[in-house]
Amino acid sequence: MSEAVTLLEVRGLKKHFPIRKGLLRKVVGQVRAVDGVSFSIRKGETLALVGESGCGKTTVSRCILRAMAPSAGSIKFVVDGKTVDLAGLRRGELRPLRRHMQMVFQDPYSSLNPRMVVGDIIGEPLLINGMTDREERRKRVLELMELVQLPAAYISRFPHAFSGGQRQRIGIARALALNPSLIVADEPVSALDVSVQAQILNLMLDLQDQLKLTYLFVAHDLSVVKHVSDRVAVMYVGRIVELAETEALFDTPLHPYTEALLSAAPTPVPGAVSTRIILERDIADPANPPPGCAFHPRCRYAEARCKVETPELEEIAPGRHVACLRGRELTLRGIAALS
Amino acid sequence: MAEPILSVRDLHTEFAAQEGTVRAVDGVSFDVFEGRTLGVVGESGCGKSVTARSILGIVERPGKVTGGQILLRQAKGGAPVDLLKFNENQMRSVRGPEIALVFQEPMASFSQYYTIGNQIMEGITLHMGLDKKDARARAIELLDMVGVPQPSRRVDEYPFQLSGGLRQRVMIAMALSCDPRVLIADEPTTALDVTTQAQILDLLRDLQEKRGLAIILITHDMGVIAEMAHDVAVMYLGRAVETGPVADIFAKPDHPYTRALLRSIPTVMAKPRTRLPTISGSIPHPFNRPKGCAYHPRCSEIIGDLCETSEPPAIDTEHRQVRCFLHGGRP
Repeated sequence: MSEAVTLLEVRGLKKHFPIRKGLLRKVVGQVRAVDGVSFSIRKGETLALVGESGCGKTTVSRCILRAMAPSAGSIKFVVDGKTVDLAGLRRGELRPLRRHMQMVFQDPYSSLNPRMVVGDIIGEPLLINGMTDREERRKRVLELMELVQLPAAYISRFPHAFSGGQRQRIGIARALALNPSLIVADEPVSALDVSVQAQILNLMLDLQDQLKLTYLFVAHDLSVVKHVSDRVAVMYVGRIVELAETEALFDTPLHPYTEALLSAAPTPVPGAVSTRIILERDIADPANPPPGCAFHPRCRYAEARCKVETPELEEIAPGRHVACLRGRELTLRGIAALS
Repeated sequence: MAEPILSVRDLHTEFAAQEGTVRAVDGVSFDVFEGRTLGVVGESGCGKSVTARSILGIVERPGKVTGGQILLRQAKGGAPVDLLKFNENQMRSVRGPEIALVFQEPMASFSQYYTIGNQIMEGITLHMGLDKKDARARAIELLDMVGVPQPSRRVDEYPFQLSGGLRQRVMIAMALSCDPRVLIADEPTTALDVTTQAQILDLLRDLQEKRGLAIILITHDMGVIAEMAHDVAVMYLGRAVETGPVADIFAKPDHPYTRALLRSIPTVMAKPRTRLPTISGSIPHPFNRPKGCAYHPRCSEIIGDLCETSEPPAIDTEHRQVRCFLHGGRP
């Protein structure tokens, strides 16, 4: 894995939203939705970005796709052997790059145009990118439908005729239409029923092997993340607090927040609840984060210095990054404690 | 075991639409006991929420309860009464003091124009005959009980000023305001983050222990069931396909659907990057309910013509009820 090529490198990414008040809409503060995030994704791997609502995971993914402009930082993306910084590009410059990174959305109901038939939905990116020949397009659409295991007969049906799982397959086929190298999937299975969720997760794994895709997988559900990802980045209030290979992170978490998240995830084993860590209070407000480490008010290992010093994300062992002042000294419970 | 507080017997609820009638709840039976939690689990369209609404008599039109019994053993004693025979006035004295409901979406279930204190007090003054001052004191006491910090200040706040977790706590306080004996919680933590979910589940367990509440917990999450419920009813397209104690059913599921469902859940224990066993196909649209056993098109253990044509009856074994021909009931 270590010699693999980096496809995407994000450094010091920030996205602040101004809070405006009053008649003159004066800026009175900043919501620090993303506040200095750095990570890289290697070609062919899946990096999961996990965290609870408001942690900034979706904002990170939107900045990478340049659906919004970051406030600071760089987003280096490798296209055809050349490295470009997406952060500074203008609309026109971004356009030819967009085909290389595509998105799979969370809600398969609102992300498909109800007035277009399946063939047109999947074929639209092809048409926009210059495949004007009808027959050629139809051939490619059928190829894509086979790839995501949709029967060819569905090509002229409207989305309303489909279940959530089938709609998500349509969304994936559309994302794959232009042979992108990076797929950003924002909670792709959280709106689906469990029995269907497993089908879509398996499909994503198969497609990755088959087409050598690279995924940025944004999710809140740690059990889903465990099944699909090579590495995991855990976010809390706009920052990455821990980044590691999946197995290592689940077995021996280094950040107290990761430990609490793992212990809070319900496991389908009756009677496994006794060892649960219950965090006090709510997630910090990104408009007004606590001083020092943003997690300190909820952390059971917090010391006096955690209230003043802000920990930086450091690599404390090979491949193990953690942003915690006590990261080196704490021994935390992994998933073994759950069973 | 003691007598159940609430017994649902062969409940049927239908929705009449132009395209045909949807049998949303189609012969569901279960018992709820004091101090115990019954989990009702299933995927979308299985009828779990309609079951809850049927018990409280708040099924929205064009839905209608068309058959069965909902037997409640009232606090004042006496023989069980059938709630389906009650008129609207009598039902009003059941909702709140006997059975209360916690909704899934705490934001959508509050009025935005009244303070939370006001909304809690409304039920208290109506059912318990307290005056305004006492009702307010009781509201503060309730907020304190469910772990809302600074209750005497929070009581005057509006729902939009609270976080999702706090809102759900207030919702639980409101449900408990008239001392119900049965609490129905319809996906109480689905809209919440995991760490907040852990807090709310902990609160529910704690309240149950202190007050001997009977809880009906409706969820799609097998993890939540494993953690919270004593008994479970697994539903599929309007029917309870398997009912029994949680530990037994998780250890040895009898119905092929329960088995497949349990296998297809992602868990944090899995090896990274492993494929999950799946259930083929998807949940049928309620208008195209399959003939025979509704699960047969997706079932991996289907018995030839039998499952395609006839519906399996509910078979009782020692602690369990299963609707599957593999476990008896063949004609």
